[in-house]
Amino acid sequence: MIHASLKDLAAALAAKKISSVELTQLYLDRIERLNPDINAYITVDAEKSLAQARAADERIAKGETGPLTGVPIAQKDIFCAKDWITTCGSKMLGNFVAPYDAHIVEQFNRAGAVNLGKTNMDEFAMGSSNETSYFGKVKNPWDRERVPGGSSGGSAAAVAARLAPAATGTDTGGSIRQPASLCGLSGLKPTYGVCSRYGMIAFASSLDQAGPMAKSAEDLALMMNVMAGFDQRDSTSLQRENEDYTRDLDKPLAGLKIGLPKEYFAEGLDAGVAQAVQEAIDQYRKLGAETVEISLPNTRLSIPVYYVLAPAEASSNLSRFDGVRYGYRAPEYTDLLDMYSKTRAQGFGAEVKRRIMIGTYVLSAGYYDAYYLKAQKIRRLIAQDFEEAFKHCDVIMGPAAPGTAFKVGEKTSDPVQMYLEDLYTIAVNLAGLPGMSIPAGFSNGLPVGLQIIGNYFSESRMLGIGHAFQQATDWHTKAPAGIE
Amino acid sequence: MQWEVVIGLETHAQLQTNTKIFSGASTAFGAAPNTQACEVSIALPGVLPVLNKEAVHCAVKFGLAINAEIAPRSVFARKNYFYPDLPKGYQISQYELPVVGKGSLTIQVGDSEKTIRITRAHLEEDAGKSVHEDFHGMTGIDLNRAGTPLLEIVSEPDMRSAAEAVAYAKKLHELVQWIGICDGNMQEGSFRCDVNVSVRPKGSDKLGTRREIKNLNSFRFMQQAIEYETRWQIETLEDGGTIQQATVLFDPETGETRAMRSKEEANDYRYFPDPDLLPLEITSDYISDVKQSMPELPEAMKARFEQEYGLPAYDASTITSSRGFADYFVSATAAFGGEAKLVANWLMGTLAAKLNEEGLDISASPVSPDHLAGLLKRIQDGTISNKIAKEVFDAMWTGEGDADAIIESKGLKQVSDAGAIEKIVDEVLAANAAMVAEYKSGKEKAFNGLVGQVMKASKGKANPAQVNEILKQKLA
Repeated sequence: MIHASLKDLAAALAAKKISSVELTQLYLDRIERLNPDINAYITVDAEKSLAQARAADERIAKGETGPLTGVPIAQKDIFCAKDWITTCGSKMLGNFVAPYDAHIVEQFNRAGAVNLGKTNMDEFAMGSSNETSYFGKVKNPWDRERVPGGSSGGSAAAVAARLAPAATGTDTGGSIRQPASLCGLSGLKPTYGVCSRYGMIAFASSLDQAGPMAKSAEDLALMMNVMAGFDQRDSTSLQRENEDYTRDLDKPLAGLKIGLPKEYFAEGLDAGVAQAVQEAIDQYRKLGAETVEISLPNTRLSIPVYYVLAPAEASSNLSRFDGVRYGYRAPEYTDLLDMYSKTRAQGFGAEVKRRIMIGTYVLSAGYYDAYYLKAQKIRRLIAQDFEEAFKHCDVIMGPAAPGTAFKVGEKTSDPVQMYLEDLYTIAVNLAGLPGMSIPAGFSNGLPVGLQIIGNYFSESRMLGIGHAFQQATDWHTKAPAGIE
Repeated sequence: MQWEVVIGLETHAQLQTNTKIFSGASTAFGAAPNTQACEVSIALPGVLPVLNKEAVHCAVKFGLAINAEIAPRSVFARKNYFYPDLPKGYQISQYELPVVGKGSLTIQVGDSEKTIRITRAHLEEDAGKSVHEDFHGMTGIDLNRAGTPLLEIVSEPDMRSAAEAVAYAKKLHELVQWIGICDGNMQEGSFRCDVNVSVRPKGSDKLGTRREIKNLNSFRFMQQAIEYETRWQIETLEDGGTIQQATVLFDPETGETRAMRSKEEANDYRYFPDPDLLPLEITSDYISDVKQSMPELPEAMKARFEQEYGLPAYDASTITSSRGFADYFVSATAAFGGEAKLVANWLMGTLAAKLNEEGLDISASPVSPDHLAGLLKRIQDGTISNKIAKEVFDAMWTGEGDADAIIESKGLKQVSDAGAIEKIVDEVLAANAAMVAEYKSGKEKAFNGLVGQVMKASKGKANPAQVNEILKQKLA
């Protein structure tokens, strides 16, 4: 049961082979047993989850079944969920009980899914290893000495350790794709604007996008059918017809043109990862796809550009955490300024402070043009790289991360090394394109992810491309040892 | 040395929308603290702004009213600073690309007209309020006002006296009400002005260092503050001092301005485009639609009044200085049916003085346009004199009824019966032999004295023209 696909779970629920309460309880028991070590969840509230499960069972009894009715789903702790503590991985919101639901949470509630708990994450989604969480690091279920990636590391570890059938994540620079890669999962970052950001705690507004993390491309498609859609409360949400993300799952690959950016197979890529990715691409050739070499010449600029723009937006987005209205407030202070500085000094962790300071600096009078404006210009060049590339291919493939899961503590002393983790993912956010990572094999016993980058709104085609690979291979069905 | 003062204004007009500029919370004034603060108003984690289209409509109306360019694309930016009543830690405003570009407004100071250039007008959200009373060393925060839509209107430094600045502010105040985008209530802060003042030697084309007087909420304070500030700056310079750029507050108690913070302490606001909001795009079709729905503007109405009613330019300008006045004039003139100039005289004279004296808006005038028209009819047909008319007007003001009823009940009807007047004249001549003698010896002035006596004896009711005529006959 714990390895079952969402489709099979829904079928079992609809056929009343198992109730939502039983299924939820099964996962709650597993969480109770395994989470103390893996630390994938920050908040678990059995009573709330089971109440939702009971409601789902009632719906099922009345025959009101949808594809996710009664299915437990883990929510990244960046999404506000009414009456749930919503921390965003920070001490700053350690006591914050959200009084409203994020759009994504509302959508799952409407679909009858069960909120299984709030998953761990890097503080305010700033990190690539889940080591910046105030609520402790998350262990990679494949090797508990190693990190699960980040920032959606809790969601990745939860699904990989079968502590949830599927989970939500968010991706600002790779925060869904890199942990999916490091934990052997499928993860999709949709086109910017496809999923509403309302109720999703902002890190960098122009880059943040919610997406699903699951065991297979097919599961991702079912999750997307719930998560995607226009929301008038988010001005950057795109007003378009709802689509069925499962519609291209069985589309044949013959004639598919895959672009391979030479910059993604250059220096900095781990040899084992390179090999697994090449083998996956060979598999696509066998399935009838053609490959063509392409170039994304500004790839090398994506990290510096990102580390100007994302901190700039973050420095402003995080100003609301001032101790005045909600969240953490320093217990002692002498005056207003002292209250602000103590609250923020004590409430934020080191990485968040580093990014607030970088962001504040690049927006300052006298530096704005040299950093912020210049970065915006390069951002356009990066988007143009993709525009040009898609004239020659249908999708782009390459590694999702430069290596496999690294050891806890290995990169924490060198932020720049940590930032390089997102070398292949960041440009996709800067361009607003959809990107996906699917399991492509292993290197030294650790999962390797294949990244598939599509053109705007090509998610359903990308999911089909992922699904075809997963029909021909079994990498996505592998589970780590020691999670029984 | 001769000094010249240079003044520019930044005005915040609160827009008359039902809901806030970026959320659905109500904008009504005076509700219990924080009862109009939705999740967006209090900036909960994860909330996002959505632009209120009505606020854009207001801004476009204003742009059209001052003949400004309406930007086809304008951008909302974040102004970052920390303050307890600023919930997000930034204010959403417009910075590099405002919705309304260069326009102008023509003001009247004394007999001359002057055109004041308007640099720009942009949309932004208001902050909440910090409340210091009743909290014993703590500060209360009321976020009802947070997110209320404002239009910030920035003028060029085109004004050269407190009188010009006040005339501009009044004209702007009337205009925003005229086009229905702001209720103009200065007490409630719906219309507030920051005034930039600097001085320079007359003839110099270089601007002096300016100080900004913040948050003036009455025209009288504005006048006083500018006058004080101007004197202070001139005295400082004449004493060999220099002016430091600063923000100052006006204290109505002392009539003085004092520095609040200097430039060095000023914030670096780190403006950048708000990534939560798309650029505001306004099509020419939208602008034409708004144009269609605009009321006739004061300038056009003024020209029409000169033409249609034959009013002098000064009268037409005064009457169209407010929508209320103009509407009153049109109604009264229609009801009167006589000479429009007479309506204008009463409107600008007696009625305006009385309203001013009691601090009333014309919409609250106890004398309605119909009542005034009724009074003017009786002047026109000679039933009462101008002098008696003032008495009737006062009675109408205190609610004693319409003109005819008051004339009747008080017996104020003008005496035009030649026999009756002759009788009074005879009595007056008999009783004032000395004056008659003076007149006859060539002192023309004595004649006026005799007219006065006749009028007095008739309790003001005698027809003055007839009195003149009869007196002249008798004394001839």
